[in-house]
Amino acid sequence: MPDPAADLRIIGFLCNWCSYGGADTAGVARLAQPTDLRIVRVPCSGRIDPLFIAKAFYGGADGVLVSGCHPRDCHYSEGNYHARRRLELFLRLLPALGIDPGRFLYTWVSASEGQRWQQVVADFTARVHALGPMPRLRETDLAAAALCHPAAPQEGA
Amino acid sequence: MSPRFAYYPGCSLEGTAQDYDRSGRACCAALGIELAEIPDWSCCGSSPAHAVDAVLSGALAARNLGLARQGGFGAVVTPCPNCLVNLRTAARDLDDPARRERINALLSVPCEGGLPAVSLLQALFEQAGPQALADAVVRPLAGLRVAPYYGCILHRPPGLMAFDDPENPVAMDALLEAAGAEVVAFPFKTECCGASYGVPRKDLVMELSGRLLEAAADLGADALAVACPLCQMNLDLRQDQIAAARRRAFGIPVFYFTQLLGLALGLDRADLGLDRLVVPPGGVLRKLGTEG
Amino acid sequence: MRLGVFVCHCGSNIAATVDCAAVALAARAMPDVAFAADSVYTCSEPGQEAIVAAVAEHGLDGVVVASCSPRMHERTFRRTVARAGLNPYMFEMANIREHVSWVGRDKERNTAKATDLVRMAVEKLRRNRPLTPREFPVTRRVLVVGGGVAGIQAALDCADGGLEVVLVERASSIGGKMAQLDKTFPTVDCSSCVLGPRMVDVAQHPGITLHAYSEVASVSGWVGNFEVAVRRKATYVDWSKCTGCGECVKKCPARDAPDPFNAGLAPARAINIPFPQAIPKKAVINPAHCKQLTTGKCGVCAKVCPSGAIDYAMTETTVTEKVGAIIVATGYELFDPKVYGQYGGGRYPDVITSMQYERMLSASGPTGGHVLRPSDGREPRSVVFIQCVGSRDRHIGRPYCSGFCCMYTAKQAILTRDHVPGAQTYVFYMDIRSPGKGYDEFIRRAMEEYGVRYVRGRVSRIFPKGDRLVVRGADTLMAAQVQVEADLVVLAVGAEHAPGAHELAATLRVSIDEHGFFMEGHPKLRPVETNTAGVYLAGACQGPKDIPASVSQASAAAAKVLGLFARGTLASDPQVALVDPRRCVGCLKCLKTCPFGAIREEQGRDGAVRAQVVETVCQGCGVCCVTCPQGAVQLQHFTDDQILAEVEALCRIPLPTCG
Repeated sequence: MPDPAADLRIIGFLCNWCSYGGADTAGVARLAQPTDLRIVRVPCSGRIDPLFIAKAFYGGADGVLVSGCHPRDCHYSEGNYHARRRLELFLRLLPALGIDPGRFLYTWVSASEGQRWQQVVADFTARVHALGPMPRLRETDLAAAALCHPAAPQEGA
Repeated sequence: MSPRFAYYPGCSLEGTAQDYDRSGRACCAALGIELAEIPDWSCCGSSPAHAVDAVLSGALAARNLGLARQGGFGAVVTPCPNCLVNLRTAARDLDDPARRERINALLSVPCEGGLPAVSLLQALFEQAGPQALADAVVRPLAGLRVAPYYGCILHRPPGLMAFDDPENPVAMDALLEAAGAEVVAFPFKTECCGASYGVPRKDLVMELSGRLLEAAADLGADALAVACPLCQMNLDLRQDQIAAARRRAFGIPVFYFTQLLGLALGLDRADLGLDRLVVPPGGVLRKLGTEG
Repeated sequence: MRLGVFVCHCGSNIAATVDCAAVALAARAMPDVAFAADSVYTCSEPGQEAIVAAVAEHGLDGVVVASCSPRMHERTFRRTVARAGLNPYMFEMANIREHVSWVGRDKERNTAKATDLVRMAVEKLRRNRPLTPREFPVTRRVLVVGGGVAGIQAALDCADGGLEVVLVERASSIGGKMAQLDKTFPTVDCSSCVLGPRMVDVAQHPGITLHAYSEVASVSGWVGNFEVAVRRKATYVDWSKCTGCGECVKKCPARDAPDPFNAGLAPARAINIPFPQAIPKKAVINPAHCKQLTTGKCGVCAKVCPSGAIDYAMTETTVTEKVGAIIVATGYELFDPKVYGQYGGGRYPDVITSMQYERMLSASGPTGGHVLRPSDGREPRSVVFIQCVGSRDRHIGRPYCSGFCCMYTAKQAILTRDHVPGAQTYVFYMDIRSPGKGYDEFIRRAMEEYGVRYVRGRVSRIFPKGDRLVVRGADTLMAAQVQVEADLVVLAVGAEHAPGAHELAATLRVSIDEHGFFMEGHPKLRPVETNTAGVYLAGACQGPKDIPASVSQASAAAAKVLGLFARGTLASDPQVALVDPRRCVGCLKCLKTCPFGAIREEQGRDGAVRAQVVETVCQGCGVCCVTCPQGAVQLQHFTDDQILAEVEALCRIPLPTCG
């Protein structure tokens, strides 16, 4: 049986230039955070395909956090605008996928905002803990995950 | 038509500052600001409570906010700066779930959230404003040199009060000017008057309130305008003691700013409580040509 | 595939809260891992040699280092891997320091988390492919934005190094804040004597093109090949004809224009040359105050100009400059003390800022170098300086120390005694911060030789008393209230970001910090670089700095640019997008979303239209990959496959396969 005090599975997708740097800044300043989160580094929030997030949930993630540069501050000028549109739409799609939208958050943290990063991680982790572990998905739900694009790596060339 | 406000007088306004209460209500009525006294209001949680127990102090203030909420009001107006600090602090605490829980543990009727509280000065400034006041003036305070004294906590702490400049406030200046008075550039608008040290350390009040009176006198002020019952008491009731201690006669009447606005609005003298002032205002009234 | 995993202790930085040996042990069980070990300092020479040796000994194809942030040492280890004979992109880092050991307190959980991060790195590395950078030509020209002392130094160093320099300055003359100063600490050198000749060097250097009264309007391109649009604002004076004789200024009847050079101490004429040593020494008309331009009635300057340079119909123009690198040297602005109601909030004429006082001390300033009260023109007998106005005050959003105010205040207090013999000077301070060569000695001289009275404490209020001012504050060393009567009060205002810094940062695609200063690439290791390749920082735009520090950083930035251009070509980052022509259906959605125009339409031999990525233009953001409905565009080193492998490494149940 899962230990209620144990870490949950929270996956973060962070852009390299702002939010990954913000998480580094928080680390350099030794700003204590819960240990649940594991961070995947991507060049830009615009690189994040919403399907990565869907797959994370179907793979058993209890929460997914996306963070990029603040609007107007994107290292690639406009990648985070693309991200914002995609993720906002994805957020509204979550209930249809059988996923509590509270398990997903997208936000903006700059490389200098170590304290903000600490707050984001603490708040989001608390939120996911309040929701508890992700219910095990049924086979029918897993079938829904097949709603993915044809480039999926597992499919092969 | 202005919205209807819950009115929280506070204990001083039933005692030493009855004239503030009467003149404030009269000004609001004249300017179309409708006040409705909170039924069965109680202590705001001021000095004794908040020195001992912040949660108790918050609960005392929260009870009054809760009554106002039950009455369906959107905001509370209070003339007393100390009540204002407590009501605003409680309103902030009530919006925080953890603090609200601690406060509600002491209340028989829990209060489920805060309510904005504003000072009487802020209400008059924002709901009526200098222009509406100027339009309503029937007896301008022409030729009257007034030193506006806001007191130390009316606008402090700035983050909590979020009104006017905490170091150089101007709202009262603007209202008095609209009433036709000549407002002097009083440098000590927000300095301490000595507050409740009048009881344990009278010498401090002699020094601190003495500075205020001397500065007003040096600027040629005919009168002081105040917004706090405690300031008024120190400057008015103790003016003779201060004069003796500083070896300087002042004879400066200390009005609540609402009394001066009331005079300009031509309100009934009886509603302004001018007879309660210790330093006689006769000279000022004669200067305004309204003595008689 | 044979992979090696190296878990770093970083002394005790990681090992104190992560069981590194356990992480290495767990790594040995991961797929394809042929070797795993922990070491005390992986980045040290023996640590790196151990990687090289292990690659040879175990025949490794790729390396994972679990240590600090890749933003710190990814380059270091890529070089190590290259030395071991592998492709540098056959390398991954797991950040178990900044993201684990420094932020988690529970050793058991930290160890589990570190193991997960290593597993992610291993899974990604299993899908890495060797990548090779391409060479591309560079434009060996550099743009310097800002003509203060930092910009001047950077421009001269680059130009002396043989580069063509384009210097853009917003004001009508270069010189910046330093040109406004009378003297500099701790030598009490004449500021314009130090700076003036350097300004002349800029004007005369054949390698420097100066665009004064101009601003950067837009920037496109990338390192090596930027294209910059420079907006040349309308001066209403044809500078090719203007000789700087100043006849127009003398005769101009509009005398109410603001004079930023004199910090508002005195008004200027509507046509003006800011100061005698201006470079270029050319007149500019302020259109908001010029009678001819506002009312159509005047034209005096056009009549008196001996060279016929006045042109009331002038409009702004834009020139385009191609450069390979950009140095930002836009400096700082001084804090506006009006928010401090307790210091008068701008109501008292005899409460002035330190820059106004500096202009008063300057022989070329509006008072001719005489210290005079603005209210009545009298010489003050008592001058009070208040430090930390707009510095180290969280309540007004300025929590940082501006760094130079302690020193300039000491200088101004010393100069006061020279200008007004017998004057009494007081300095209210919080702490004296004087780390610098000869700095603390200088403060001592102010106290001991010049009798400046230092009072440690904050001022609570300034109020008038007669025609003097009373400064009331605390003396925290004496635990007493103090009250000082002053004829003049000087507020030692701090530094804040230059106006327009946010806009310029967005234009250059670089980051700024919470206070509006430009962010360096790394606070220790990349202090003059930004995170945008080819954009460098010099001077106070990066944070408050005094003159020696600004000049040092400017020379460092110039050295970086010279190093960048040392070879005629640059290596492009191979982490770029790549189109799989077998999957591309030619919808060209990617072409529309690419922020850099790096995707072009290409007709194949079969006649079908497909997208193609221009490798040297692609910046590697990956926006196109998500846009492509076919999954035909993949960002190399960050492919869908690789990212999903990292996700899968974290998940408890295997990912469902799609079909």
